[in-house]
Amino acid sequence: MLRVPPVGAGFQRTMARMSQPSTTHVGASMPRVDGVAKVTGRARYVDDLDAPGAWHGITVRSTIAHGRLEAIETLDGFAATGAVLVTAADIAAHGGSNEIALIEHDQPALVAVGAPVMHVDEALALVAAPTRAAALAAAKLVVARVVPLPAVLSMADALTANEKLYGDDNIFKKFLIRKGHSDDATFDAVMASAAHIIEGEYDTSPQEQMYIEPQGMLAEWRDGKCFIIGSLQCPYYVHKAIKTLLQCGDDEVVISQAVTGGGFGGKEEYPSMLAAHAALLARKATHPVKMIYDRAEDIAATTKRHPAQIRSRLGVSAEGDIVAIDVDVVMDGGAYLTLSPVVLSRGVLHAAGPYKCATVRVAGRVVATNYPPHGAFRGFGAPQTTFAYERQIQKLARYLGEDGLTTRKRLALRSGDTTSTGQVLTFSVGTDAVLNAIANVAGAAPVRSGVSAKGSTVRRGRGVCFYFHGAGFTGSGEARLAGRAEIALLRDGTFEVRASSTDIGQGAITMFTQICAASLEVDPALVRVIDPSTANVPDSGPTVASRTCMVVGSVVETASRKLKARILEWGASHGMANQTVALCGAAMARAHYGADHAGADIAELVQYQPPPGIAWDDATYSGSAYPVYGWAACLVDVSVDLDTYEVSIDRCVQAIDVGKAINPIIVKGQIEGGTLQSLGWAVLENVIYKDGKVANANMTNCIVPTFADAPDLETILVEVPYPYGPSGAKGVGEIPMDGPAVAVANAVEDALGCSFDSLPISPEAVFASRSRWSFS
Amino acid sequence: MSEPLYARPTSVAEALELRAAHPDWMLLAGGTDLLVDSNHRKVPVGMLDLWRLAALGGIRQRDAAIEIGAGTTWLEIERHPLVRVGFLPLAEAAREIGARQIQARGTIGGNIGTSSPVGDSLPVLLALDAEIEVASVRGSRRVPYRDYCVGYRKTALAADELIIAVHLPTPVASTRMVWRKVGTRKAQSISKVMGAATMVLDGGTVVSARIGMGAVADRPIRLTAVEQAVVGLSLLQAAEAARAAVPAAIAPISDIRSTSDYRRAVAANLVARFFAV
Amino acid sequence: MKIEMNVNGAARVVEASPYRRLLDVLREDLRLTGTKEGCGEGECGACTVSLDGETVNSCLVAVAQCHGRTVKTVEGLAAQQGDKEILHAVQTALVRCGGAQCGICTPGIAMCAADIVERELLHDQDLQQARVMVRELLAGNICRCTGYQLIVDAVIEAASEVGLQRRERASRRTP
Repeated sequence: MLRVPPVGAGFQRTMARMSQPSTTHVGASMPRVDGVAKVTGRARYVDDLDAPGAWHGITVRSTIAHGRLEAIETLDGFAATGAVLVTAADIAAHGGSNEIALIEHDQPALVAVGAPVMHVDEALALVAAPTRAAALAAAKLVVARVVPLPAVLSMADALTANEKLYGDDNIFKKFLIRKGHSDDATFDAVMASAAHIIEGEYDTSPQEQMYIEPQGMLAEWRDGKCFIIGSLQCPYYVHKAIKTLLQCGDDEVVISQAVTGGGFGGKEEYPSMLAAHAALLARKATHPVKMIYDRAEDIAATTKRHPAQIRSRLGVSAEGDIVAIDVDVVMDGGAYLTLSPVVLSRGVLHAAGPYKCATVRVAGRVVATNYPPHGAFRGFGAPQTTFAYERQIQKLARYLGEDGLTTRKRLALRSGDTTSTGQVLTFSVGTDAVLNAIANVAGAAPVRSGVSAKGSTVRRGRGVCFYFHGAGFTGSGEARLAGRAEIALLRDGTFEVRASSTDIGQGAITMFTQICAASLEVDPALVRVIDPSTANVPDSGPTVASRTCMVVGSVVETASRKLKARILEWGASHGMANQTVALCGAAMARAHYGADHAGADIAELVQYQPPPGIAWDDATYSGSAYPVYGWAACLVDVSVDLDTYEVSIDRCVQAIDVGKAINPIIVKGQIEGGTLQSLGWAVLENVIYKDGKVANANMTNCIVPTFADAPDLETILVEVPYPYGPSGAKGVGEIPMDGPAVAVANAVEDALGCSFDSLPISPEAVFASRSRWSFS
Repeated sequence: MSEPLYARPTSVAEALELRAAHPDWMLLAGGTDLLVDSNHRKVPVGMLDLWRLAALGGIRQRDAAIEIGAGTTWLEIERHPLVRVGFLPLAEAAREIGARQIQARGTIGGNIGTSSPVGDSLPVLLALDAEIEVASVRGSRRVPYRDYCVGYRKTALAADELIIAVHLPTPVASTRMVWRKVGTRKAQSISKVMGAATMVLDGGTVVSARIGMGAVADRPIRLTAVEQAVVGLSLLQAAEAARAAVPAAIAPISDIRSTSDYRRAVAANLVARFFAV
Repeated sequence: MKIEMNVNGAARVVEASPYRRLLDVLREDLRLTGTKEGCGEGECGACTVSLDGETVNSCLVAVAQCHGRTVKTVEGLAAQQGDKEILHAVQTALVRCGGAQCGICTPGIAMCAADIVERELLHDQDLQQARVMVRELLAGNICRCTGYQLIVDAVIEAASEVGLQRRERASRRTP
């Protein structure tokens, strides 16, 4: 029985202080430190914060996909509302720069008069008023005159480049990976030598993150400084964007994270836009301004997973080995570059799959269209290419008449093998462990034909897949980021973890608490992870890319160990040899922090050091793409209702090599959440665009799985330690999103005897496939 | 913005007086439809709140029928023994309307009042040959549901009338009743196709049948041509006859939730399955 | 208009337009911000409260409809014993089982789970049936973090815990 501590007023991340040490070691499932605040409703999300005198901000948006903004006008009665209006002109008037800084600065905060409107629901102007109703009413009195231009609403149209949205060719970024050959002629010769070629074309659909807390931000100006708090993943991304927007110094902007109701990538880049808007309105209104999107606006205006079209060829030898892999990936980036190059990068780096092959060519392009920018979503390009390569491997297995697990086991990468970028895998390769784990629990395949509970005939099938996911930033990204974290010994003898990694539900603060306490060898009750704010935490890098535990956790571990050594050394020289860290620390703190202490804290600030032997060449796209990979296998059983064409997921088992589960229940929760997002993407989620606008911008029609749609999920944690991760841990956040969708596709193929190469595998798609069914 | 007026009558007579005096007010019960996204909707001039008006509640046996008060919630319908024993498809439909929170507030009168083509109880009312009791200060009358919904979200309810109750005639003993909803997902979903049927059987032969369907036309409809086509057939023959006759009997549309082709095919499959389980 | 309602055991009076959503009045006027808005259309269940003992979406309730009625929010779920807060069995189980991640859906889920547990809706079900029932009963609450598995675990655990306590109390009364 969990002992529940009394909790003081407000949201305090102090539950760890009350926890029992026996359940808090690394590897134990310590209850979340923010758990009680969340189950009692005390956790304060941005819309819950007290903000006396705050006004409400509303965005005036484009209704057309492509055009030129001629004018922004207010109708009669606007002045009488008392609302303030902000346009792009207000940015320049204060010496700011109208751009949302990310990779390229091509996206404006607000479209300027005379500038192009690039997508439906693009922000054209902002309105704030003392109440939300008044702001909504005032916004209706703002009219934007836009002259329409031809819109580019397909990847094919983008590539013809008749209408130029970006450069001469509408290509935001392209990559080419070559392994085992130097030119196309050589590659073609190898492919031509194959005994058989498996070919396929794959389409994956856009996907809405559907965090349950819509985006929200609160901005306030005090003494010429801008303070922003909101629902966000990456405080320093927002910090950089607002500094650029306002053209001001580091200390003139403070970005803090409120408790955040889910992100999944959706709160990686978009919060910079929302923060910019709130900051501009607050400055003009001379009041704090709160901007809370409602669900319709959130779905319509914020980022989605990139749709992708992938063509793939596997050249197969007479013995059934893969002699050549050829993949061409095209992704739809939407109207601005945003994060598309890195999404594409992760996509192409995973596109050849975790399989042995000496000759690989992967080409990737991400194109500009007039859709709202597609962006970060858990998996970040890899789920799209995983869908393609695992469909290809399944087709290979079918061609060979081989069991799917056998084919994968035969061809999978292991220690000593090289990836498509020539990276030699030397440690933490969980291939056999995950494949064996699935084989061990698989049991008999479901009986093919049957009758459902509702009396319909059903066909059943089983699908498997095997996949990997690179943890941390791509290539030399982590070295460039140089993420930092700090551990401090406070006056009262407790310890503080200072990192900009945010807890967006994934358990970061609990995990940091456990790593820090274990490394210091103190009770977790003495450790507190402070709320991230650019005013008081160093830049640990963004909360993305399955890097928080593995990368920032390792920095926390190193800093904690250094602090422990320093404390014990102090103890030894002050007659406290052989005393505990907690006791020495308390004494050291008393000695250091006098009544009027004004000097530095007792703290260790550590910067991330990439593991040795990580070499990456951006020019040739070769080398160590990631410091380490997670490995996973998935088994899915489905039944297809032949009256309604609905696919039910009857069983889903995932075995994932996480290196080390710092907190197994939290890891399990992460995996299962990602798994259901993938299963939802497979059969029922979709974003439907009409003339560039999201046509299903509400939760009634942009559906995600309910409790009743989810099967009981079976999760197997496999631990093949990563020598450079905290206690052996490596990334886990994204990998569960990669595989289950394609396992479903493989299972539906098994049930109906025909291939399913597009997502979603909706009832309508199954209905349309009837002529291809082949079973007796 | 002026505040809407609000009245909560305590008797049917008072409700009818208010309705007669304020035909432009919002008729509100559980709010599960009318209050969706209400912060972005036009504020009504007034609200006539019928929620928990005692006289509109309750489920009673009335001779050879049961009477369900218009204000009865789906949760109450689903749990009620009279419904569960005699009109199982209605209980099943109630259980598939939204989820628990919606079932606790949504009322059968609200479903009838809106008469959306995707109203989940409406095909059941058609198949059970329900009569809707409506009243005004002028008096009361009964309208069979098949005559009640006259177009896309258009009903026979006059501006001064309220829905009082639903009357379901008790079917003869040999009646088989079936219901199936195909939604966008397994729960808390909008229907893509749904239908209900009652059939009187003599041994294995269909003596008569009533089939109601939703989401396959601009309103909930009876499939009378199909009903006629199956009379006198064995269940297996009826299934095939129905499968053949359904597509011509319906007029589904394509929208963001599905396609007309899918709806047509699934409607045929469902009705066929009603006969050949 | 003046609206009087019992909220979490206390009589409250608010002056509000009758058309305002119960959700907004709870959050803005009474500052009970534990009840969350996820969609405003009765889809996600984050705004679930108990109205006269039934769990409902507070975004679909006009506040005038609550006049003279009883509302319970997540803030009223735990019991208070002097200074000490005694969490409801479902709150304890959600923390222990990892059923709360980002936490935004958690108040709504806690309200519905408490309803299941208090009404003993899982009574006499075998484990598999109970899991299926929980999934149906909670289908009006969308969670995007957990995949639902650990929430189902938590509700089952809370139901067993409460059932066990009731049986113990009953057996003490009739030795």
